[in-house]
Amino acid sequence: MKAAVITFPGSNCDRDLERGFAMAGADVVRVWHKEPELPAGTDIVGVPGGFSYGDYLRCGAIAAQSPVARAIAAHAARGGYVLGICNGFQVLTEMRLLPGALMRNAGLKFICKPVTLRVTSTDSVYTSGYAKDAEVIFPVAHHDGNYTIDAEGLARLQGEDRVAFRYAANPNGSVDDIAGVLSANRRVLGLMPHPERAMEAAQGGSDGSALFRALAEVLARA
Amino acid sequence: MKARVHVMLKDAVLDPQGEAVRHALATLGFGGVERVRQGKVIDLDLAATDRAAAEAELREMCEKLLANTVIEKYDIEFV
Repeated sequence: MKAAVITFPGSNCDRDLERGFAMAGADVVRVWHKEPELPAGTDIVGVPGGFSYGDYLRCGAIAAQSPVARAIAAHAARGGYVLGICNGFQVLTEMRLLPGALMRNAGLKFICKPVTLRVTSTDSVYTSGYAKDAEVIFPVAHHDGNYTIDAEGLARLQGEDRVAFRYAANPNGSVDDIAGVLSANRRVLGLMPHPERAMEAAQGGSDGSALFRALAEVLARA
Repeated sequence: MKARVHVMLKDAVLDPQGEAVRHALATLGFGGVERVRQGKVIDLDLAATDRAAAEAELREMCEKLLANTVIEKYDIEFV
């Protein structure tokens, strides 16, 4: 598995994400946002958390217009895998690779704590390592994680089994307790919680490692 | 030519920030405020001289970057 981890000005989880992929055995390349192309042979792109471009205008809006974003869109259009975490999820919605949008948390506070999630779809390379409805604990650290989508879009996500993770106790006002969603082809995942910060006991828990392991297993065969 | 773009959340989208402002106003004694919506104002100085062309271009700017039309609406005015 060859993973490309993007760094925007203001990204701050890029090294954590690099480590997450590497712990699963991936060959990881770090890619600066000005690169117009991804390294040859990239299987999966990791779009990390942080505050790309200082969250100016809207979270992820400027990053979604960067040169590397065009390369990511082309990769996704070819059927490539893309994992966006936290700010990365915001970037993917701004790029329209994933539906909906992430608004200010309903309680207006920045939330930084471990949260319990339920794996509500196991039908993806990201979640196939979990049991259906398994409870996992990943940390969240966000101010704008309040997922919203219109009724028609929500019905589509539900009908197509594209809600990968739901909060057990909704921390931010997200519609239908949604913490993470899949693209129509199930190869793009965006989620607000941080599996890459839950890789081993020293980080407070290792529930995230199964996500990277499952990915590596599938993509190693590809 | 100077233009001003107003970006607001769509009416159907809850605005937690506007709601917090409304609460704060009530705390200050302004109890008669029934609703607050908060948005952005973006001022642009344009080299364009043709107003119709400028408006078309502004619309494209809004659709592509200035507003997220999933949750936001925009208005363009020339000032």
